Amino acid sequence: MITLIDYKAGNLTSVRKAFNHLGQQTVVTGDPALVREAEALVLPGVGHFCTTERLASSGVRDAVLEAIARGVPFLGICVGMQWQFAGSTEAPETQGLALFEGACERFRTSLKVPHVGWNQIRRTPAAEPSRLLAGVPDDSFVYFTHSYRAPVVAGVSAVTTYGETFAASVERENVFGTQFHPEKSGDTGLRILKNFCDYAAEKSAR
Amino acid sequence: MTMGITKRIIACLDVTKGRVVKGVQFVDLVDAGDPAELAHLHAASGADEIVLLDITATSDERPILIDVVRRTARQLFVPFAVGGGVRSLDDASALFDAGADKISINSAAIKTPAIITEIAERFGSQAVIVAIDAKRKPAPEGAAAASGVPAEVYLAGGRIATGHDAVEWAREAESRGAGEILLTSMDCDGTRAGFDCPLTAAVANAVNIPVIASGGAGSGDHFVEVFKAGCADAALAASIFHFGIHDLRELKAQLQREGIPVRLPC
Repeated sequence: MITLIDYKAGNLTSVRKAFNHLGQQTVVTGDPALVREAEALVLPGVGHFCTTERLASSGVRDAVLEAIARGVPFLGICVGMQWQFAGSTEAPETQGLALFEGACERFRTSLKVPHVGWNQIRRTPAAEPSRLLAGVPDDSFVYFTHSYRAPVVAGVSAVTTYGETFAASVERENVFGTQFHPEKSGDTGLRILKNFCDYAAEKSAR
Repeated sequence: MTMGITKRIIACLDVTKGRVVKGVQFVDLVDAGDPAELAHLHAASGADEIVLLDITATSDERPILIDVVRRTARQLFVPFAVGGGVRSLDDASALFDAGADKISINSAAIKTPAIITEIAERFGSQAVIVAIDAKRKPAPEGAAAASGVPAEVYLAGGRIATGHDAVEWAREAESRGAGEILLTSMDCDGTRAGFDCPLTAAVANAVNIPVIASGGAGSGDHFVEVFKAGCADAALAASIFHFGIHDLRELKAQLQREGIPVRLPC
C-alpha cells in the first residue's frame, strides 16, 4: 500500500494512476496519523514551494520525519524532492526537511525558464549504486517541468543539464527523490516507480 | 551525444462527440478513430506528449467530455493536455481529476484573463497552456505592428475575431501565469503545406515560456523548419499521425539527422 500525501496543491491523479498501473494499492491522505503509519510514502508536488508550508502547519511534516526515522520508504517528486533540501529561494521563509544539503534556486541560464520537456539523466559517481535507478541506463529520457533546481550535493544520484547541471534525483537509505515526473516519463518512469515499490515491498517483508 | 532538452513532437486528438476528427481549416470534419486507442498508439510510437481538444465544446456551449478524458488518460504515461470548453477553475479541476496533466484554455482566457492566474495559482503554471488561434492580417500601412508579424486572435474554434494581436496576447498570457503557449495558425491548419514559421518565431521570441507550434504539418521538412526558423519548442500535428502518413520514429530520426535534439529511442 502506497500512501500519497495530499496537501491540496496540484494534481495527484497521474501519480496514483501510475502506481495503480503497477498493481499497487494507493491511499490519498493529508492526515498526519495515516502518514505516520504508512508502509511507503510518496509526496507528489507541483507548483510553488510555499505550498509545502501546509505540510508543516497540518502536522504532516513531523509525521513524515517520524516515518523516515522508522525506515519507511519515502519518495518525493518534483517540489516533493525539493522539499527534501533545506529550502528554496522561491519561498525563503519556508523550511524544507534539510535531508540533503543546500537550497533550491531558480535556473541561472539564458535558456527559457521553466525547463519543460524531455531531458536526459546521468548517474553521479557514488559509493552505492542507486536502487531507484536500477535497470535505467544513463542518458535515458525523463519528463521535467520546473523553474527551480536543486544543487548537486552528497546524496544526488543522477544529474541533468539545462544550461547548468542540477540534481535530477536523490537517494539516501530509505529517502528518494526525483526532480522529473516518473509518472509522465513513459516506460523509464514506470521502471523507476516499480523500483521504489520493490524496495518498499522488501522493507515491509523484513 | 551531449545531454540537453529535446524538441517535443505532440500528437493532437481533435475530438467531437467522443470521436477523433480532422478537418481542413476547422471545417469539413472526418472521423479518425477512438481517442483512447489513438492516444495509446501515438505514445507507443514515440509521441512526447498527447493533446486532446474538444473542438466543439465551446461552440456547443457544453462542458468537455470528462469520460473521454478519463478513459484516454487511464493507460497514458506521457504528459497529457486537454482543452476545449474550459471556462472555470471547476472545469479545470474536473479535468485534472480525470487525469489531465495540463489544461489548455482559449476562449475563456480571452473573455476572462484572470482565469489563467486562478488556475495557475491552484495547479501551477506548468499545468496551464494558453491556446491561441491566429490568422495573419496585412501589415497596417505606414506603421509596423509591434511584432512585425501582425496576426489576429480568433475564438471558438476560429469563428470569432477578437481584435487582439497574437504576439501581444501571448505576452499577456505569460504575465498572467501561463506555462506554455499553443499557437495554431488558422491559415496553415489542415493544409499540410507547412507551419507558419515567421509567426511562430515572433511569438517564441516574445515570451520566455515554451511555444508549441500547430497547424500545417505535412512532412518531416516542415518540422525541421518550425524548430529551426520557427524557434518552436514543440510542434503539434494531428491528421498526419492518425492516418499513418508519418511514422513518428522516422520523423524523429530525420530531425536528429538535421541536428535537432529529440527523444530517441522513445
